[in-house]
Order: sequence, then structure tokens, then C-alpha cells
Amino acid sequence: MALLDYLLGQRKQKSANKAKDRLQILLAHERAENKAPDYLPKMRDEILQVIAKYVEIDQDQLKINIDEENGFEVLELNLVLPDEHK
Amino acid sequence: MSKVIVVTSGKGGVGKTTTSASISTALAQKGKKVAVIDFDVGLRNLDLIMGVERRVVYDFVNVVQGEATLKQALIKDKRVEGLYILAASQTRDKDALTQEGVERVINELKEDGFDFIVCDSPAGIEKGAQLALYFADEAIVVTNPEVSSVRDSDRILGILQAKSRKAEEGGAVEEHLVLTRYNPSRVNAGEMLSKDDVVDLLSIKLLGVVPESQDVLNASNSGEPVVLAQDTDAAQAYLDIVERFLGGEVDHRFLEEEKKGLFKKLFGK
Ligand SMILES: Nc1ncnc2c1ncn2[C@@H]1O[C@H](COP(=O)(O)OP(=O)(O)OP(=O)(O)O)[C@@H](O)[C@H]1O
Ligand SMILES: [Mg+2]
Repeated sequence: MALLDYLLGQRKQKSANKAKDRLQILLAHERAENKAPDYLPKMRDEILQVIAKYVEIDQDQLKINIDEENGFEVLELNLVLPDEHK
Repeated sequence: MSKVIVVTSGKGGVGKTTTSASISTALAQKGKKVAVIDFDVGLRNLDLIMGVERRVVYDFVNVVQGEATLKQALIKDKRVEGLYILAASQTRDKDALTQEGVERVINELKEDGFDFIVCDSPAGIEKGAQLALYFADEAIVVTNPEVSSVRDSDRILGILQAKSRKAEEGGAVEEHLVLTRYNPSRVNAGEMLSKDDVVDLLSIKLLGVVPESQDVLNASNSGEPVVLAQDTDAAQAYLDIVERFLGGEVDHRFLEEEKKGLFKKLFGK
């Protein structure tokens, strides 16, 4: 069995490894999210109001976050415009 | 110099109270003057684990609200010199504790010459847990080798780094990891996160590993902190932890499967 386990182990990932991989991704994501400044939700609302003056948008379509890239803090805004608006 | 230690985890039921009780007891055995405070208002438990449940007259909330003096509420342990327990209230709700009130109690303990003030945090990341960690100089983060516990520990580390008084003043709470309910044979089988995995994920200094052990339940049944059951692995693990906490260099133990001899294989246990 041990030999079989060993041979299979080459292909099948152990559950502890899966746990570690998943946590690595999740924690990186959550750390960035929790580091976001407190004003972010309010700013998001105000930006939405401005955009809504000009285009009809779905509130959930605006994604906003602060990222760190090469030592720079980057404010990222991502908005998908509705289909008919071409 | 008094030190305030918070024992915290985010996730519930991982071993905070077990750890608070044993660490406080072992520190007192080392000749330190120790107060251990139950911050779990409404869900008092430390008194049971310490075996002093029948001696609680006044509690933490009574002191915070000025209904009793600290002297009246502190329960002196009958086994270990220098060990005092401050029970949580069973009947009040969580809002009964205020930051000013907690600060007053902690300052009074400092003035009374306590070396260590150990705060047993409630589960969660809300107000109760935040209050328990706010005044901490050092944090013992109790984690199980399991995904949700590791995630919650990371959350609580974030809170320590943002919302503790130390952090607000531009400093940092010193963080220590206690990895408990560890099962070396499952780790070896690749079924459980290893100590190195958890240290890697949380990037925090490992204070010690406590093995999964039936002796913990036995100890709580009889109201004795497990560290007093000297010949058990769990007790030895906690003694090592306290030794390291006080600056001693002790190799990590209980990381390998117990090698069962023929006798044990045949007759179990
Ligand atoms: N090393 C261990 N081996 C086996 N069981 C353990 C170990 N440590 C703790 N336990 C058990 O886990 C349970 C929870 O422990 P404990 O009450 O210390 O956790 P807690 O984090 O304080 O919980 P809560 O979040 O509810 O306050 C108890 O039943 C205890 O006996
Ligand atoms: Mg508890």
C-alpha cells in the first residue's frame, strides 16, 4: 500500500497541500481587502452618483480597490458599461 | 514592569481558554505574579477550567462598573502561589465592558505589582475580542492546523496590527503563535497542515505546538489546568511554551508520531 500510495501521490495532491495553496491565495486577497482605507466605500458611492448622471449603470458593476504594484499604490476602478451604450 | 498578554484566535473553540489557564498557571509556578481575566462576558468559562467556579462572588463586570473592588473580585488560586483569576460575568451582555473601565482595571493590576495580566479573549473579531486585545503588549494567537482557524488567525493579526493601542501609537504588539490540537501522524500523512505550513502562511513566530490530547478533556473535567498534569504531553508542551515565552531556548517537541512499542500496539494507548 505504501508503495502504491507513493506512486499515486505523485499525481494526486495531498489535502494538506490543497489547504495551503487555497489559503495562500485567500490570505493575500483578504489582507489587501482589509488594508483598504475606510473612506473607500463612501468614495465608491460618490463616484457611482457622478457616473449615474451620464450613463445608466448597474451599481454592482463598479469595482474599486487599492492595489500595490511595484511599490506604488494604485487606485483601480473597473466599470462595465451596459450593452446598448456603444 | 507589567506585561499585558492577550490570548486570541478569531475562531471559536480552538483552545484559547485552555491555553490562557495553562500559561497563567505555569507563569505563576515560575514565581511570577499573574492575573488571568476572562473577557468572554455572558459565556464565562475560565472559572470552570481553573476549577474556581464555586468561589466567584464578584466578577470583571462588577469591577468595571464600580460595584465591587478589584480585591473583592480577584480569586486567589489555592494550588499555585501568585495566581489570581478574574471571572467574566455570566448574566450581563457584552456591552457591559467599556474601554475606560477595562483600562482602569488593567492599570490597577499594574499598580498592584502583577507581572503578567493574561486576557482570555472571546471568539470573533467584534467588540469583545477587540477590547480584549486593545491594551496588549504581547499576543498569543491560538490556531488549529485547519483552514478556517488559520484564516481567522490572519484576520485577528490584521486587527492587532491596526486597532490595538500599541498600533495606534505607532508601535506593534509582539505576536506569538501557539499551534494546538496538532496531530503529527495526520501531518505526516499529508492530511493536516504542518507547523511549517502555518508559520509560512501567517508569517509569525512559533511559540510552541500542543498536540491533540485526551488529557486536556480529563483536566477540564476535574477543573485543573492541564499544565498541572505534569507527566502528560500537553502539560510538557505548555511548560516549554512558557519557558520560551520567558526567553529560554527549548527545542520544539511533539512534532513526530509517537513510536508505539509492541506492548502499546498490542494493548492500545
Ligand atoms: N490540545 C488539545 N487536545 C484536545 N482537545 C483540546 C486541546 N485543546 C483544547 N481542546 C478542547 O477544545 C475545546 C475548546 O477549548 P477551549 O475552551 O480552550 O477553546 P476556546 O478557544 O477558549 O473556545 P471559545 O472560543 O468558546 O472561548 C475544549 O473541549 C477543549 O477540551
Ligand atoms: Mg474560551
